[in-house]
Amino acid sequence: MSALIKHTPLPDRPPPSSQTGIVHWAKQHLFSSTTNSLLTLASFYVLFLLVPPLVNWALLSATLEGTDRSACEANGGGACWTFIKIRFNQIMFGLYYGSHPEQIWRPVLAFFMLIGLVAPLFIERFSYKGLLAGFILLIFPFIAFALIHGAWLGLPVAETNEWGGFMLTFILSIVGIIAALPLGILLALGRRSELPVVRSFCVFFIELWRGTPLITVLFMASVLLPLFFPSGVDLDKVLRALIGITLFQSAYTAEAIRGGLQAIPKGQFEAADALGLAYWEKMTFIILPQALKISIPGIVNTFIELFKDTTLVSIIGLLDLLNMSQTAAQSAEWRGYDTEAYIFAAFIFWIFCYGMSRYSQNLETKLDRGHKN
Amino acid sequence: MKAGKLMIATFALLGLSLSAASAATTLEAIKAKGHVQCGVTTGLAGFSAPDDKGAYQGIDADVCYAVAAAVFGDRSKTKFTPLTAKERFTALASGEIDILSRNTTHTLTRDSSLGINFTYYNYIDGQGFMVKKDLGVKSVKELSGAKICIQAGTTTELNLADYFRTNSMKFQPVVYDTSIQTREGFDKGACDVLTSDKSQLAALRTELKDPKGSIILPETISKEPLGPVVRQGDDQWFNIVKWVLYGVINADELGVSSKNVVAMKNSKNPNIRRLIGVEGEMGRKLGLSNDWLFNVIKQVGNYDEIYQRNIAPLGLIRKGSVNALWTKGGVLYAPPVR
Amino acid sequence: MLGPKKMSGPHKTPNPHNIPWHRNPDIRGYIAQGLLAALIAWGLYVIYGNTVTNMEARGIPIGFGFLNEVAPFGVAFSPFIDFTLGESTYLTIFFIGIQNTIIVSILGIIAATFLGFVIGIMRLSPNWFVSKFASLYIEIFRNIPILLLIMFWNFAVFLPSLPLPRQSLGGDGFFLNKRGVYLPKPMVENSGAFIAFLVAVVAGILVIWGLRRYAKRQQEQTGKSFSGLLAGLGVLMVLVGLSALIFGSPFIFDTPTLGRFNLTGGIEIPLPLFSLWFALTTYTAAFIAENVRGGISAVSKGQWEAASALGLSRTHLLRFVIIPQAMRVIVPPSISQFLNLTKNSSLATAIAYEDIVAMWAGTALNQTGQALIIIAMTVLVYEILSLTTSLILNIYNKRIQLVER
Repeated sequence: MSALIKHTPLPDRPPPSSQTGIVHWAKQHLFSSTTNSLLTLASFYVLFLLVPPLVNWALLSATLEGTDRSACEANGGGACWTFIKIRFNQIMFGLYYGSHPEQIWRPVLAFFMLIGLVAPLFIERFSYKGLLAGFILLIFPFIAFALIHGAWLGLPVAETNEWGGFMLTFILSIVGIIAALPLGILLALGRRSELPVVRSFCVFFIELWRGTPLITVLFMASVLLPLFFPSGVDLDKVLRALIGITLFQSAYTAEAIRGGLQAIPKGQFEAADALGLAYWEKMTFIILPQALKISIPGIVNTFIELFKDTTLVSIIGLLDLLNMSQTAAQSAEWRGYDTEAYIFAAFIFWIFCYGMSRYSQNLETKLDRGHKN
Repeated sequence: MKAGKLMIATFALLGLSLSAASAATTLEAIKAKGHVQCGVTTGLAGFSAPDDKGAYQGIDADVCYAVAAAVFGDRSKTKFTPLTAKERFTALASGEIDILSRNTTHTLTRDSSLGINFTYYNYIDGQGFMVKKDLGVKSVKELSGAKICIQAGTTTELNLADYFRTNSMKFQPVVYDTSIQTREGFDKGACDVLTSDKSQLAALRTELKDPKGSIILPETISKEPLGPVVRQGDDQWFNIVKWVLYGVINADELGVSSKNVVAMKNSKNPNIRRLIGVEGEMGRKLGLSNDWLFNVIKQVGNYDEIYQRNIAPLGLIRKGSVNALWTKGGVLYAPPVR
Repeated sequence: MLGPKKMSGPHKTPNPHNIPWHRNPDIRGYIAQGLLAALIAWGLYVIYGNTVTNMEARGIPIGFGFLNEVAPFGVAFSPFIDFTLGESTYLTIFFIGIQNTIIVSILGIIAATFLGFVIGIMRLSPNWFVSKFASLYIEIFRNIPILLLIMFWNFAVFLPSLPLPRQSLGGDGFFLNKRGVYLPKPMVENSGAFIAFLVAVVAGILVIWGLRRYAKRQQEQTGKSFSGLLAGLGVLMVLVGLSALIFGSPFIFDTPTLGRFNLTGGIEIPLPLFSLWFALTTYTAAFIAENVRGGISAVSKGQWEAASALGLSRTHLLRFVIIPQAMRVIVPPSISQFLNLTKNSSLATAIAYEDIVAMWAGTALNQTGQALIIIAMTVLVYEILSLTTSLILNIYNKRIQLVER
């Protein structure tokens, strides 16, 4: 009797061969209909047209050896990565560090210090987050400035107008986003305030910056800001750009945080009120910790936009990654290799922006789930 | 109320910083910070361009080195701020720089309405045109209908419009922000003609892919006296920069150069003795030490040395040009040091 | 330790007499607002004072007087506003700047919408290659700075690869070279023929309108569908042809011809405009494609299945069932993208296109020194564009809400 009854199910039969494997996949995804087949063939043709010449240009016939343009000219045809190799320090760190490679450890050290400091913030169990964040916001900027500029540590001085390349892009966007955060929080709270003067001021302020292109803001920072201060107050060019970027960014940060605030259920506000918390206690201890967490993806998205937009400082004459690459490609030594310069800069921007957008998407799904449960 | 207090504190701080205007003279301020801050171009061969080591070279940069030598006795106490044409006057007026030495043309409007003073000229220039040879153009008069590359924020933009209007010719401007972009635009064919000061044209031409494929037309359509500029309202500083320029021109006239200046201390010519501070109290009158010009000539050279070092390599010969001394048929004429 | 309870919302504090005045939320509100207003006023006052002092020190009079001065520089591109060197004023320059910003924005919005839709739909294509192409496009173009794209297309692609005017590509009045795109320009030859042409066109449009109504009624009554638009277009062509036969051609075409340096005559789209338009289109299309994909994915699966069950082809399914519903999700973020495109067009200055920022906040500012007024006017233009966009967005959102049942 028991022999007749199996207590374990039989293993699944393999699906018929027409339903598996590459053939089935191709049938379903490439040749499911006439149009589809035609599209596939057209795609093959486009790939055939685009890929071989591109690979050939960028890799197969490209030049990486040598130290000057003669190496590339001798080779001909392909991309001249020698140019990028020789000018790499300049494109990444700007004029000063480009010509003083022995000093490059300074920005690199600052960069890794930042990463080392920020990393614990992502560890769930780490319990001194507030303290660490305070250190990063209030003390680290001075350390980083001292390292990179060199004025207070007795290191050779790297003037801010000789800062450039990826380093400058990074500094502008990181400082911009961090400095905009407190301002953005205040503006977001103000926009949802019940006090009409506060609310209308915040709405006006936010919409003013959001309606204006960053390039106009930067023009303002470089042309108008010196007019606003009494003569004799000398603002550095990089600092002026930073002021413009921060004000501009604070409006976008405020909108991202407002989104977070709106997502907090009303019960949280009411519960805080019922506990008898005053406005700032309610916001600091109950609402903002939740709202900020939800707004992180939004803030990261505005950060990606800011990171890309820092290229605009090249229009007011700062040598950011884009402008530095372009300037290098226009130097007498490397004339005519602009395509390589643009592609290299685009590649770096792309890696960072793509990485961050992926991160923000993951975070979004993660936070989303957390919220629904 | 916390936020309120915080805000008050912030604004109070801001207010303090706003009212902390400096009252010292430019010379005092420069001595206190230990260097001369000098506004130059973002890169123009012969005028101011960083060399391989990142040090600025050129006739405009030399003005800054000379002033530093006069003030500190050390030409290296100079720092440079590269500026676009658009931002140069703002940078000077806001105090970001002490001297603007950036091939800037002296005009009435600039003198009267920008709060700045032109000292004297270190190069006298005029606007010209560069075209591709294969267009077969021989004169500016043939340029009607051309697209013309030009740098934004310069007097060239205005001269160009005036010239074409006077001669009832048509043109389409293609306006770029920097001289490098202008050169790239011309080189890649975005326009038929590049117009700028002739010295710049000569410099830009050497940087073209095929310098021989382009020619500079003979006509000069404007007067462009170029020289260093200072802020209005500080006559002492104005005099120092002006007299450093006069000093190097006088040295040229008197034959004092960096090579013979030490030997010249024994010269019997009272003009030379006053010039290099062996006699008289010339430097003191400007608020400097008496060997101010000695240091300038020793470390930077006289006008001819500066010219031959920077401008001559562009293919612009000094002899017989307006930039020769008044004694040699040019217009450079410096008042006497006495 | 904590003070008396603060009630939120419409409830008023029940018994204000028990609360010391400095704890009363209403009074505190007034004080905070008063302080803020005072601070803002004080800040503006300080800034204003400094600005006036600084402008005076530089000898620049603050005022709008310069607007009526003659602009002393040339303008290359102004298709609709007349510019005469030596006569046109700075005010004209301001309007030309606005005009050029609007031109490139409108052209960019149209092309980006089209390209964005194509790529967004490709992204959802059942064909693996097509879908991957689309997502590759989206991921590449979204993550590269727009300024880099503008410079890349202009300086690294178009300028080096296009020929000089003497070797222009194309023919029959259509040309492409380093200086731009050239098209024949229709010009009215004799007014009689032109009037006849206009009448034919108006009549044709009326016919189209009538036929479409008729077609719709037919379809509702009988279920038979035919395209009123196509039939109407046919009639329109016939009418226009007839008018041309009887009264002669309404236009002569002014074709571009090679002058001493450049092609003259015809319509010229200068290369900077072309490059800027191309870059803005390729960049914004990636974002719109994402919106389209998101919108289409947001339509519930049941709608797809129901439409497929009805036997609709994929084209009909998309056109009549999915896209109309997806539009609600697609349109609002796309309108923001249109605004972004308009703002991004300000990067024109990098490649010598004369938009408002390049010509007004650049050249004009530089020649007059009127930084404050010029930048304020520029900001105002963008604020108006931005407010108009929000207005359109709000109207659209309201209409959508009415449609919802």
